[in-house]
Amino acid sequence: MKKRGNRRLIISLAVVALIYVAGFIVEQTCGSKSMAVTVLQKGAVYALIAVSMNLLNGFTGLFSLGQAGFMLIGAYSYAILTIPMAKRAAVYQYYDGGIVQFTIGMIPALLVAGIVAALFAALIGMPVLRLKGDYLAIATLGFAEIIRAFIQWDAIGPLTNGSNLLKTYPTLKTAMPGNTVLFTFIVVGICIGLILLLINSTYGRAFKAIRDDEIAAEAMGINLFHHKQMAFVISCFFAGIGGALLAMYQGTLQANGFKSAMTYEILLIVVIGGLGSVSGSIIASFLFIACSEWWLRFLDTETMIGDFKVPLLAPGFRMVAFSVVIMVVVLFFRKGIMGDRELWDLGSRRKAKGGSDIK
Amino acid sequence: MSLLKVTDLVVSYGGIEALKGISFEVDQGKIVTLIGANGAGKSTTLRTISGLVPAKSGRIYYEGRDITDFGTQKIVETGIAMVPEGRRVFANLTVLENLRIGAYLRKDKELIEEDINYVYDLFPRLKERSWQLAGTLSGGEQQMLAVGRAIMTRPKIIMMDEPSLGLAPLVVKDIFMIIQTLKSTGMTVLLIEQNANAALHACDYAYVMETGRITMSGTGEELLASEAIQEAYLGKTSKG
Repeated sequence: MKKRGNRRLIISLAVVALIYVAGFIVEQTCGSKSMAVTVLQKGAVYALIAVSMNLLNGFTGLFSLGQAGFMLIGAYSYAILTIPMAKRAAVYQYYDGGIVQFTIGMIPALLVAGIVAALFAALIGMPVLRLKGDYLAIATLGFAEIIRAFIQWDAIGPLTNGSNLLKTYPTLKTAMPGNTVLFTFIVVGICIGLILLLINSTYGRAFKAIRDDEIAAEAMGINLFHHKQMAFVISCFFAGIGGALLAMYQGTLQANGFKSAMTYEILLIVVIGGLGSVSGSIIASFLFIACSEWWLRFLDTETMIGDFKVPLLAPGFRMVAFSVVIMVVVLFFRKGIMGDRELWDLGSRRKAKGGSDIK
Repeated sequence: MSLLKVTDLVVSYGGIEALKGISFEVDQGKIVTLIGANGAGKSTTLRTISGLVPAKSGRIYYEGRDITDFGTQKIVETGIAMVPEGRRVFANLTVLENLRIGAYLRKDKELIEEDINYVYDLFPRLKERSWQLAGTLSGGEQQMLAVGRAIMTRPKIIMMDEPSLGLAPLVVKDIFMIIQTLKSTGMTVLLIEQNANAALHACDYAYVMETGRITMSGTGEELLASEAIQEAYLGKTSKG
């Protein structure tokens, strides 16, 4: 049966390569400023964040709403460490050039962003992961809000620039000029690949066991706290990298942008894609970004057909439409686009049901 | 020497004593059963042995070693497996994945494959359904899977909590066949049952529990013959 597994792997890799080439071509033909490229960039970043959230919410069964907080930590770690020395005086104009007086490369900074977020997660996880269900969600949500307020605190301004903008750090446009989509895809692809490896490992199986039945998992000798902590830290590591990528995408960074609404957007993506499906999260995140940035823009602009003003269409109506979508999804399509299956499992589903072969 | 020995075990849940000092022994290769009504403390006994509930006082010995204060993980590693009440298979994992979770603490990769095949030989039904999600199995199949999952930890003793609970009479028969099969492979079984009749017929030795105490013990035949047992657990009146 190994052969079939190999063939599937080759097909999967070919499809991934095709997507990369497509992204490359889109950028070359439409230009870096086009809407399609924006969607591909932001969609990829959100895909990573959604998959990291799915690792926690969908695979380990820990309902956490702290994603925006960990993204924020990642984004700030990245920006603070990469602002060029020459520009620091201008960026930190109210804080005498800030206290961080060195600059590191972009890729190391992305890694550090993940690590700092993971460290915070390890610290927060110790008390918070003893909570269950809704309580965990509330505690993590509260943490995200505290982080947002804390970063804007004037006393640590020399580090975070308070509530002022962070800018002039390397962005997507400067990372690989003209090839922003490819760059985003590569970073996101590596991260999601690592998460997939984790999910399919013994640890991943233990996560799913905990999700299905904590008591039985414990009776099998799985250390609950240890594994929950591990899932939490790893998820936040990638959320941190995702946050840093988002900062790169935005070009400027301000803590105020990372409100809990952002966590809900990602939760929406995860639920629409299907809890427990990596490919679902990826598909849903591109769909969601395409809708919110591009296809549903018309909902926010006042439109006149002749003399008739189309009712309801006004700034903000897009969000109303999204609320309706999530209600419909939760009520009627609880499993989302993919359920807990993966795109690459669809072909072998019939085999999976009745097959008697051992891997 | 007995494989598992419990002495004067006391367990309390927030001031209420669920076990008031029980002692019993399980010999190698035997089926030993604890019977008793709801709330007698049977499940608590199992949960304490497997380390899910801490003991207040008393000791638990396994192969002569004091395991009372071992964590669950270490207890599973030393060779005590548990089939929890209500089966508790991982519903969204496949049969095969469930079995692999059973081997979670083991590092001997090649032997794991061997043991999976061993479980499949024991329960061919599981092999047929190896790719099916465990939640879609019937109650009896889930019980097989729960036992198979326990076998995957390579235990010397399997503790089963109410395996016949909520299953049809015919399936219950299958369950007791499974227990006999386990015994024939040399496994030691500690069985908890409310179905006293079936349990007493299946076991080598039995203990009767009442509100946290062991009130009686003897071989299966002895207890089946006892009038007190017949009245209290087998539904026969002394007149009949």
